[in-house]
Amino acid sequence: MNVLEADSGKLLAAVTALLAQKGIVQPPEIAERIAVTDAANPGQGARMVAKAWVDPAYRALMLEDGSKAAEEIGIPMRGMPPLGVLENTPSLHHLVVCTLCSCYPRAVLGYPPFWFKSAAYRARAVRDPRGMLADWGTPIPENVQLRVVDSTADYRWMVLPLRPAGTEGWDEARLAELVRDGDMIGVTVCKVPS
Amino acid sequence: MSLAPGQAVRVKLEWPETKGPCHIRTPHYLRGRQGVVERRLGSFANPEDLAFARPAAALDLYHVRFDQPAIWGEGHAGDAIVVELFETWLEPA
Repeated sequence: MNVLEADSGKLLAAVTALLAQKGIVQPPEIAERIAVTDAANPGQGARMVAKAWVDPAYRALMLEDGSKAAEEIGIPMRGMPPLGVLENTPSLHHLVVCTLCSCYPRAVLGYPPFWFKSAAYRARAVRDPRGMLADWGTPIPENVQLRVVDSTADYRWMVLPLRPAGTEGWDEARLAELVRDGDMIGVTVCKVPS
Repeated sequence: MSLAPGQAVRVKLEWPETKGPCHIRTPHYLRGRQGVVERRLGSFANPEDLAFARPAAALDLYHVRFDQPAIWGEGHAGDAIVVELFETWLEPA
């Protein structure tokens, strides 16, 4: 049998049974991990960002240890790669890419957007990041330094965006609704919808 | 080898992929390039061995910053690329 041509459902069942038989991983653990992966979504990262905007101690923890900060608000991080958080400031903007493949902070943002794995995004993000961001409607001002973070190994990276003007006095839940997945990998900046 | 934040390093100009099957986490565009250590991220099993189910030693992983326009010969002065690189790929510059 050629495994490349095998029915994928049968192949999955066979591999799952072998993993259990060899004592490597049991079906309930696989089911649990699938449930955690499916439950992850950008709303989780947005909750972290909103809390960091209103709580300086949480902000400090998030920048020091993103995984701990995620766990502190109930996001499951067990078995996940360590999470690093990149702080945008008025003079520094971060953009996240994985030129090798597709590393993405799934624990806090869920599945990546379809284009994140495209050769075009992976190539242009490191070669012409300002041109790409301008084409996508997020021009980076001349006086702001841009840092492209190429996610190549064991960390996963998310961006702590700048809190938008006009949100003074907003509570965490309202702030969290503003934050989009693009803001947390730096392809967009967080804005109050006009 | 322990590298301190701020230390200048060079990525080894090596191409193991020309010698046979391998799994490498060091992007092509950085081979032979000089950068600056931002910080040590921790210690992780060597993916070059893990990928082939070989015993994998724990290696120091560093966040290293590179001048972005210098790599491509174009771009905006002051922009940077920051990449995770294993100690085995770095040498003091």
